[in-house]
Amino acid sequence: MIAYLLRRTAILLGSLVLAAVVLFVLLRLLPGDPANALLGVGATPEQIEAARRELGTDAPLATQFLRWLADVATLDLGKSLVSSLPVGPEIVARLPVTVPLTLSAFVVAVLVAVPVGVLAATRADRWYGPVLNAIAQLGIAVPAFWVGLLLITVFALRLRVLPAGGFPPDGWGDFGAAAQSLVLPVVTVALVMSASLIRYVRSATLDVLGSDFLRTARALGASPAQALWRHGLRNAAVPVLAVLAMELATTFLGAVVVESVFALPGLGGLLTRGISQHDYPVVQGVMLVSTATVLVVGFLGDLAQRLADPRLRVRP
Amino acid sequence: MSLDPETLSPPAPAGTAPRKARRRLSWHLVLGLILVLVVAGAVLVSYVWLPFAPDDTSGGRLTPPGGDHLLGTDKLGRDLFTQLLIGGRIALGTALGAVAVGGVLGVSAGLLAGFATRWLDDAAAVVLDILIAFPTLLLAMLIVAGAGASLGTAILAIGLAMAAIVARLTRVLVKQVLARDYITAARVAGVSWPRIVAAHVLPNIAPVLLVNLALQAGLAVLAEASLSYLGLGTPPPNASWGRMLFEAQATVLTAPAAALAPGIALVVLVIGMNLTADGLRDLTDPRRRR
Repeated sequence: MIAYLLRRTAILLGSLVLAAVVLFVLLRLLPGDPANALLGVGATPEQIEAARRELGTDAPLATQFLRWLADVATLDLGKSLVSSLPVGPEIVARLPVTVPLTLSAFVVAVLVAVPVGVLAATRADRWYGPVLNAIAQLGIAVPAFWVGLLLITVFALRLRVLPAGGFPPDGWGDFGAAAQSLVLPVVTVALVMSASLIRYVRSATLDVLGSDFLRTARALGASPAQALWRHGLRNAAVPVLAVLAMELATTFLGAVVVESVFALPGLGGLLTRGISQHDYPVVQGVMLVSTATVLVVGFLGDLAQRLADPRLRVRP
Repeated sequence: MSLDPETLSPPAPAGTAPRKARRRLSWHLVLGLILVLVVAGAVLVSYVWLPFAPDDTSGGRLTPPGGDHLLGTDKLGRDLFTQLLIGGRIALGTALGAVAVGGVLGVSAGLLAGFATRWLDDAAAVVLDILIAFPTLLLAMLIVAGAGASLGTAILAIGLAMAAIVARLTRVLVKQVLARDYITAARVAGVSWPRIVAAHVLPNIAPVLLVNLALQAGLAVLAEASLSYLGLGTPPPNASWGRMLFEAQATVLTAPAAALAPGIALVVLVIGMNLTADGLRDLTDPRRRR
């Protein structure tokens, strides 16, 4: 286990550095000069040259990259080209919206998807098994922002029970208002996420249901529910744990889009604004933080899978 | 999601395979193809006939559905049904374009990695794993960030993000095929590598790739809609379904049809593509049970 932990940590660190390279290269190789974006159409060549020097984009790419990496290592993500505010604190200021939104949507999605997915598999012969499966099939085809739009229409505009968007100015200081404004976004992301998760859980459970060990457990006198509970779900959990890490990443992405629907001041809003304003440091910073999160979550998911399945710890 | 639950699961144990005929056309495939063809048909019709000119604003603003305007008009007075048909062109065009880019690049890269020497292949595997750590939409947003928002950029960006997923799948599939005895037999018989790829590798991996590309087409449509909704895809005045939904959000109480129709169209097309993928898998994978 320790050898695995060391190897997996090495892979994680390597991926983080490579992700930084990919991110940097992609943003620099693409057309579009930050200096032009900063100054607008009417700038003289001298002004552009000066802006390039100030931004450091006149240096060779390798120098720029090493400079950026050194800054990142000291947690300095640079300054926004548009607002001149440092990007790091700006990202931290957005976390109280994005983190609760992502985590609660993820928890709700798992709490809904696991029982529903197991039911859809074990009750495939009753009427509601296929119905649950069909609903999940529908759910993966629905764009998250449309679900948000429909929920706003029903619950905020027609019934007027929840706010249509925005976040209280004092943030979590006004706990009730903050929680209320996150209800619809959480439901939106959770609905869309649980649809694909239901399909994974159902598929994993179906595989376990056909297994020999479950038949043996039944032959030894366990009831179907006992056998599934004691032996089946633990085995079904292994492939599901592997996708959970990726699902968490997708939940975060769903949050990025849904934040725009509900006009929430989160990371998604920051990223979208950064992209439309060609604000490289902001885009780079948000992307770096999100990719690092995705990679670390994948790392934790792999570890969880090992803990859940002792068979994976023994190399054949 | 890039990974499909059904391809992740190990093959069903022997004895659990369905007793029914395996090569039966499933209702998934039939319904899926019907839904896709309905959209494709409407798009084809839109090239020879449109109810109104795309920029015709003679109908007045926010006219309710019915009468001359089947779905009413938007806040600029343009006919919504016309906009919906034009949006269909963008949605289908995105699906075709992104699948072409992602398919060609992804399959070539995956083939190369699958055939490469051990060291190069390991490196390719790590790079692909990292590229996949960027979800499709984030990668697409990154490319739009550099290249500016346009339909071409969106298609290219979604296609490139898809290429990483397709390449990883192709690489795994190629490795599986290359380990088979018939490849060794072909090598011993003196068949050249290009001919082995054409005669043995590609035909054997094509069914799984086809299923995956059908799923990816649906994801591409959703990704383009999300980009356009965020203002990072098709710029106005072109009517992408995502953009139409963004514009409808402000007037959802007075003109609900504008907020419903593009969403329903999106769901119909994407479900059609997903069901087609399911049906193709049933058709090509005899081990799969329902």
